Amino acid sequence: MYMMEKVRIIVGLGSCGIAAGGKKVYERFKQEIDSRGLDVILEETGCRGMCYHEVLVDVVSPYGRGPYGHVTPEMVKEIVDTHVLDGYVVPEFLVPLEDRMSLYKQQRIVLRNCGEISPESIDEYISNNGYQALEKALKQMSPEEVIDEITRSGLRGRGGAGFPTGVKWGFASKSLGNEKYFICNADEGDPGAFMDRSILESDPHSVIEGMLIGSYAIGANHGYIYVRAEYPLAIQRLKIAIQQAKDRGFIGEHITGSDFGFELEIKEGAGAFVCGEETALISSIEGNRGMPRLRPPFPAICGLYGKPTNINNVETLANIPWIIMEGAKAYASFGTEKSKGTKVFALAGKIRRGGLVEVAMGMSLRDVIFDVGDGIAGGHEFKAVQLGGPSGGCIPASLLDTPVDYESINQTGAIMGSGGMVVMDETICMVDIARFFLNFTQNESCGKCTFCRIGTRRMLEILERIVAGNGDQNDIELLEELAQSIGKTSLCGLGQTAPNPVLTTLKYFRDEYESHIRDRRCLAKACKELISFAIIDEQCKGCGLCIKVCPAEAVTGEKKKLHVIDADKCVRCGQCVAKCKLGAIARVDRY
Amino acid sequence: MCTCIEKQQKLGLILSEYQNKSGGLIPVLQKAQGLYGYLSEDIMFKVADGLGVKPSVVYGVATFYTQFRFSPVGEHIIRACHGTACHVSGAENITRIMADKLGVEPGKTTADMKFTLDRVACLGCCSLAPVVMVDSDVYGRLDEARVEEILGNY
Repeated sequence: MYMMEKVRIIVGLGSCGIAAGGKKVYERFKQEIDSRGLDVILEETGCRGMCYHEVLVDVVSPYGRGPYGHVTPEMVKEIVDTHVLDGYVVPEFLVPLEDRMSLYKQQRIVLRNCGEISPESIDEYISNNGYQALEKALKQMSPEEVIDEITRSGLRGRGGAGFPTGVKWGFASKSLGNEKYFICNADEGDPGAFMDRSILESDPHSVIEGMLIGSYAIGANHGYIYVRAEYPLAIQRLKIAIQQAKDRGFIGEHITGSDFGFELEIKEGAGAFVCGEETALISSIEGNRGMPRLRPPFPAICGLYGKPTNINNVETLANIPWIIMEGAKAYASFGTEKSKGTKVFALAGKIRRGGLVEVAMGMSLRDVIFDVGDGIAGGHEFKAVQLGGPSGGCIPASLLDTPVDYESINQTGAIMGSGGMVVMDETICMVDIARFFLNFTQNESCGKCTFCRIGTRRMLEILERIVAGNGDQNDIELLEELAQSIGKTSLCGLGQTAPNPVLTTLKYFRDEYESHIRDRRCLAKACKELISFAIIDEQCKGCGLCIKVCPAEAVTGEKKKLHVIDADKCVRCGQCVAKCKLGAIARVDRY
Repeated sequence: MCTCIEKQQKLGLILSEYQNKSGGLIPVLQKAQGLYGYLSEDIMFKVADGLGVKPSVVYGVATFYTQFRFSPVGEHIIRACHGTACHVSGAENITRIMADKLGVEPGKTTADMKFTLDRVACLGCCSLAPVVMVDSDVYGRLDEARVEEILGNY
């Protein structure tokens, strides 16, 4: 007898899905199913990467499959009525075809399970070949063979620096000592990057499996996952995953009957960006202030509690099971000569399809942004893309054909970084962006190195006076001098790369600095001190919306008559511009 | 009063759990803050005593990390995200309006102890920018108009 498969309703409940109201949608489905006594399966999954369509609901039935986007509780009844009961998809709620097709432009290795399986079910992970790579490594491969496989795959550290993972493991494996540690760095701190959060929330077992394989390879029996405290959902799902892995014998003694044993703990970070640097991270796990120390000795020789320690980033580790299963050759078939495999990017800012994408290395920035990401939102123009967060830089339109690989991105002055890609349009001021990042690094400098501690503060002060229209002629030169000194005299990556946002914007958008200083003009009309707002007479119909929204009572005028803005009262918040439907309020130069 | 004694007992339990563990200071401070909402001088002395480390070490570690607070917090904590994506999507204005509506500057708590307003570096929900988190609820794609509505939920 033909058994009809049950209908499955899968609600995306990563942080983005929850933020968009996913839990309410899930609850409404539950109510509908319970009250009607329906025999369907309701599940949750993690992030599918299409954050711009959250809340996403996938209904899988024998009649058809519909990923529905922007689902609200009000839409639930119709989806149940039409799709679940009558067997027709609801076309007007579906994610548009071209957005679904954009998934095919990606190459999903790291994100292979994200949005496909329930992150809280080890069974679903196992049924998608989970923990098979671990079994293969333990039963068929020696630790040296594992290291060799990873080395040949060409995998490089995805945390930002791009050091070859296999070589790193080789160092730790050769290091003497019977006690070694394996740490997963999940202290994703770059503003604008959220790949690691999504991986941990959507597929925590792949990271745990990667750690287990790595620990077997280097001979570590104790591991830590150092997670940002700002990621409560990731921590919660990791805890569940670790417990499940323990119950199934993947963590503990004699894993899958071998001699290999491993214990794993979560360490919650306490909020310090510098702890993403490996020696600072180690110091933080030890319970101290998270300050970096001089290397060498490298952690592979002398790390946590003075023992040999290997540290890898979340995305790096999520690659490992796939490489062990499919082989180094398959992995190396993606990418460029020096940058193999794929890279996950977090697309954000002024882009239409904001979310997570995974593409083969070597794709051009243009293709990532305009093809996979579908270009700029709101009819604006592309101005720059920021890569690498506070350590990276802004890449202008003229360099959009740069392929995404470590070396090519470095040549632009930015860095690959962990994968944050913030897209900016013509309304964004590049001097302000430089100020924004300097403010960040200045706050996060641990204070150990003088040039980083004081130099970043001086740079910030200069940038603050430039955006306020009080810049001095020599300021650009002074910025360049400080940038050089800070880069040269800082101990860790934070200080060495802190000037990058300033250096790249100076390189590609120098005219913006100059016009701020020389003419007291912000070309993007973004810097508050340098602009004012004016009503365009021909456009204003006197509707009064701007009067209502103005917090400073700066707009006056009678109904249906031309309104006027009092520049002295105006606090330049821009709310009137956002509110005006007629485009009747313009940002104009103040000086 | 009884809650006070209860809390002290709980702190005692936390301290004995971590007494002989290496790397225990940060988890102890996190749990102590979870218990009291902030770290008073008195609590930091107790932690130092309980773990057998110098008070200066406790203070040094606590002040290094942004998670730790040294004054009482409001009933609800608002975390206004100022990551890159939120910054380019108008986070500054959202925070400004929130501060005006609540009548406190970022980093401070309202007089009725209902809200603490914080600026944070990045909440990692960049594709929903600008984002504000109240306790554990995340609000994305904010505009000025929604600020009042959100505050009204609490």
